Amino acid sequence: MSVQASPTLFMAAAAAVAARSDVVTLKRVARLHVWTHYGGLGEKCGRVRCCWAIGPGWAGTGASPPRRILSGRVTAEVIEHLERLALVDFGSQEAVARLEKAIAFADRLRAVDTEGVEPMESVLEDRCLYLRSDNVVEGNCVEELLQNAHRVVEEYFVAPPGNISLPKQDEQQPFSHN
Amino acid sequence: MAAPMLRGRCLGRCWALACIDSGSRHGRGAATGFTSSGKRGQSFVAQQPLLTAQKSRKGEHKWAAVVGLEIHAQIASNSKLFSGSQVHFAAPPNSLVSFFDASLPGTLPVLNRRCVEAAVMTGLALNCHINKKSLFDRKHYFYADLPAGYQITQQRLPIAVNGSLAYSVCVGKKWRQVITKTVRIKQIQLEQDSGKSLHDELRSQTLIDLNRAGVGLLEVVLEPDMSCGEEAATAVRELQLILQALGTSQANMAEGQLRVDANISVHHPGEPLGVRTEVKNLNSARFLARAIDYEIQRQINELENGCEILNETRSFDYKLGFMPEPNLPPLLLYDTASLPAGADPQQVINIDRIREQLPELPSETREKLIQQYGILPEHSFALLNEVGLLEFFQNVIKETRAEPKKVTSWVLNIFLGFLKQRNLAVNESPVTPSVLAELLNLLDRKVISSAAAKQVFEELWRSKGKTPSQIVSERKLELMQDEEALERVCHAVMEGHPQVVMDMKRGNPRAINKLIGLVRKVTHNRADPTVIKEILEKQLSS
Repeated sequence: MSVQASPTLFMAAAAAVAARSDVVTLKRVARLHVWTHYGGLGEKCGRVRCCWAIGPGWAGTGASPPRRILSGRVTAEVIEHLERLALVDFGSQEAVARLEKAIAFADRLRAVDTEGVEPMESVLEDRCLYLRSDNVVEGNCVEELLQNAHRVVEEYFVAPPGNISLPKQDEQQPFSHN
Repeated sequence: MAAPMLRGRCLGRCWALACIDSGSRHGRGAATGFTSSGKRGQSFVAQQPLLTAQKSRKGEHKWAAVVGLEIHAQIASNSKLFSGSQVHFAAPPNSLVSFFDASLPGTLPVLNRRCVEAAVMTGLALNCHINKKSLFDRKHYFYADLPAGYQITQQRLPIAVNGSLAYSVCVGKKWRQVITKTVRIKQIQLEQDSGKSLHDELRSQTLIDLNRAGVGLLEVVLEPDMSCGEEAATAVRELQLILQALGTSQANMAEGQLRVDANISVHHPGEPLGVRTEVKNLNSARFLARAIDYEIQRQINELENGCEILNETRSFDYKLGFMPEPNLPPLLLYDTASLPAGADPQQVINIDRIREQLPELPSETREKLIQQYGILPEHSFALLNEVGLLEFFQNVIKETRAEPKKVTSWVLNIFLGFLKQRNLAVNESPVTPSVLAELLNLLDRKVISSAAAKQVFEELWRSKGKTPSQIVSERKLELMQDEEALERVCHAVMEGHPQVVMDMKRGNPRAINKLIGLVRKVTHNRADPTVIKEILEKQLSS
């Protein structure tokens, strides 16, 4: 059984997805929703699926309601790609339903007219960036730092070897958050 | 001596004759049981010998290669980019790490002024437009040597953009024709370095040293204007010299202060560019050209065999999340016109002042040498190519009456030859500039012959403390000054060898050389061969 992802994760994923329309368009997200009607336990759903989709032309305009379109197939690669990006498991219908709700919620941002408004990147934007002089004033505290480490070898931190990649689609195992 | 110049043509077939000296003779680090990984664990492609001397097949001349570079140079500063811990090459593991570098909660980045100045200087030297407002971003990825899980960089709006780097290429048979090539600089940005990982395969673990984590880096992105390994290596060498002249980075590849990633693709001229692959973490100048050429050849082979070029790192790039660095406001720079009145000079950076204080760049220095001393371009390159050599040369010139061309020849051929043979740096030479100057003065005054001078030089190298004059008198190397005595010797030799004289009269050119040789033997090599020749010819004709 797949683990439910929290709503906030979905939000983040939805926002990320919505922002990166060049990489993953919302259309593909919708198709993803479609695919999972079939996925999960591998049952086949007889009816032509319904799905909602927001075409790429929609981004940036004022609010407009999501249109229902027919979609094509979504490959397993897209699913895997999305899952890697957002580290969420879209294997269950409930999870995807949450995703839909999250996207709809995020879409309400577009109701605000931001024409000609500079995006704010930092609440500190009016502050002065402080410049420090190039003097050595810290460091030399290896014992203190190593106290935090679970394992050390001769003053080195110890880490597992390399990056552990997510298992491939066919070897998929229950996703553990630990 | 190796000059940082390209010799021969490019485009698929590179005549890899120019050797690019890395500037450091300390070579590679000690080989240990661990492999040291720089950044992403993506190590350099393959360590196979370059596929040279490919017989030109029909299709080969139609390929064009395109090479772009991303160069990371460690900024020469006392402390790190965002923290006050020390920047130093060899130190006990994790001893130069502050709480911020270890990414402990509650720590914040504080920008180092020296790093900003270094970036502006480098941008100005490379003809860039300096952005008066630049922004910091976070680039997220997971790796054990990046404790924060992100690197602070300047992706969106870097400190300098749209510059150019000029480097020289020698073409033609005699390598006398110098062509200047330019590579555009896309941007220069400030970013943090990561720590170092040592992979212990045996125990299936990675040891992390964060001494390098947080050190300031200048990332210089070169557009894909280069077409082969040699061009790329030459461009990198020129950048190295510029950074060293500015003092913004020591740019020593062997110590990891200069790291290069290359993006390479091949295509048929006129068609769209091919898929590009990355060759990462090149940290030897010699390897750089070879690795790039190898990759170009590999791609050509694959494509000619009908295969596709796969780019494995692309998928990795998609995963990198960028977001603005929320803890740092925009970096604002000023010029004299826009400088706010009454501002704390410690807190503002004036681009105009930095521009005024820029030191002389290598290209200017070379030009001056050519103008001032009339030496050839390739010699001026060679003089700048070795640390301390230019200063040595200038000190010799100061103290000698000999012609600059003579000095150049001695410094670049004989002096440098001795250094290279014994693997020494200029500052380790037993022969000082004044000593060499004295020797050249003796030569100039025709006190000794050229051959004798070389003997003296060898002696000087071996035994310290003796002056050239001492050695000359000890070994009786002075040229015979008595011309009459020499004439008598010549006459005697000619009398003793009538057949050779007959040969000479018949016009055999080698006969006179034999006579000269005989005279030299008699005079114990203390006569100048040219003078001997003159006397012999005079006596013959009389």
